[in-house]
Amino acid sequence: MRQSNAYVLLFSGVMTIILGGALSLASVGLKPAQTKQIELDTKKKILGAVMDISNLETGEEVLALYDKRFKSVVVDINGNPVEKDAKGNPLVAEKIDIQKNHKVDKEVKNYPVFMFLDENDSSKVIAYVFPMFGSGLWDWISGYMALDGDLNTIKGVAFDHKSETPGLGARITTPEIQGRYVGKEIFENGDLVSVTMVKGESGKPQDAHHVDGMSGATLTGKGVNAMLENYLSSYTAFIKKQKSASGQSAMAF
Amino acid sequence: MSTETLEKPVVKEAEPLFSKRRKKFVTDPLNDDNPVTVQVLGICSALAVTVKMQPTLVMAIAVTLVIVFSNLLISLMRTLIPNRVRIIVQLAVVATLVTLVSEVLKAYAFDMYKVLGAYVGLIITNCIVMGRLEAFALANKPYDSMLDGLGSGLGYSWIILAVAFFRELFGSASIFDFKVFAAMGLDFPTNGLMVDPIGAFMILGLIIWVQRTKNGYVEH
Repeated sequence: MRQSNAYVLLFSGVMTIILGGALSLASVGLKPAQTKQIELDTKKKILGAVMDISNLETGEEVLALYDKRFKSVVVDINGNPVEKDAKGNPLVAEKIDIQKNHKVDKEVKNYPVFMFLDENDSSKVIAYVFPMFGSGLWDWISGYMALDGDLNTIKGVAFDHKSETPGLGARITTPEIQGRYVGKEIFENGDLVSVTMVKGESGKPQDAHHVDGMSGATLTGKGVNAMLENYLSSYTAFIKKQKSASGQSAMAF
Repeated sequence: MSTETLEKPVVKEAEPLFSKRRKKFVTDPLNDDNPVTVQVLGICSALAVTVKMQPTLVMAIAVTLVIVFSNLLISLMRTLIPNRVRIIVQLAVVATLVTLVSEVLKAYAFDMYKVLGAYVGLIITNCIVMGRLEAFALANKPYDSMLDGLGSGLGYSWIILAVAFFRELFGSASIFDFKVFAAMGLDFPTNGLMVDPIGAFMILGLIIWVQRTKNGYVEH
């Protein structure tokens, strides 16, 4: 009986329903906790681009600090604020998945901007954080770049990657490499030039638009360069608007 | 009818929970029949996740849980599973458990989930799991199968933890992210080879060498 086709089909069917049901239950049950973890992870990365948060121990502290010091806005390629997505739902900058968003056509993509506010004067923006996404050598790389209030000088960067080579390309996540970007400038005479990682690791300081390379990880470096160039150019319209606005009056947002 | 001549039914004495036979299920895979060093299974993950101790520990726990519970489930179903589709049934059970582990990690240990990433999913392809299901759980009782799974899981765990210990010590100069050499005031140069999977191959080879010399095990 255990060999008959009918039994095999019945067994497979029942098993599929039971296992599928168990997985669906688990997925639904764990969803809130997972969403919270992803949100925490995003906010940690954004905070990490502007300050050292290694002294914060619990997730609640991170979230509280984030809520206090950050506000966000979503802009389009022309630097105009976008409030609703294509379906008419309100857009929340923190909820935008930069990996999924990356595939959207550059011209119609939504660009989240996170604004780091002054500790005492919450109307003053002291840093802007821009998320970015690109390809490394093996798989995706992503990053958050924080610019000072002048929207030119880099305050800090926080890179992440999926599977760059440990000890080589994976060094982009280390404070050593990320520290090389601090103080660099992305504009020259009002034109975007971005910041480029050079080939080879000389250990010597570079000029305002270049950082020292990573020995043995030239292709990861190229990926980082392309990512910065790509996203900074998309944010240029916003940056220029913001600059001219701040020249005349306080922030419009 | 001469009922008197009928033998009295032999009352089987219940086997103690940890009888000698059962203890062997757990202790054998630790050394003499180690799934990694003797059966040479599960090498892929032994190379991939052993850069640091902490993710390795999570992986070891995950694999052990998956082996124990898949052994239990398959053993419970062993009289029901049609022989022709047994492999796919095993696969389905293992895949379900692995997905559960992965989802739980994502919900409660997101940092570990990010580090281990695809490797948790790849527990499905870990030959140790399917190997134990085919070789043991399909023909043995649930409790014995669980012990057998526990043995194999622990056998796998201590090997990958040993590999990770040396890789993290020499590759990152730390143990569980604690900077050992810096704490001792030594300036210890880290070895990039140990961070690469090649380092795991070398350490695994050395462990196998030492173990086989001690046990006198020879491949036939």
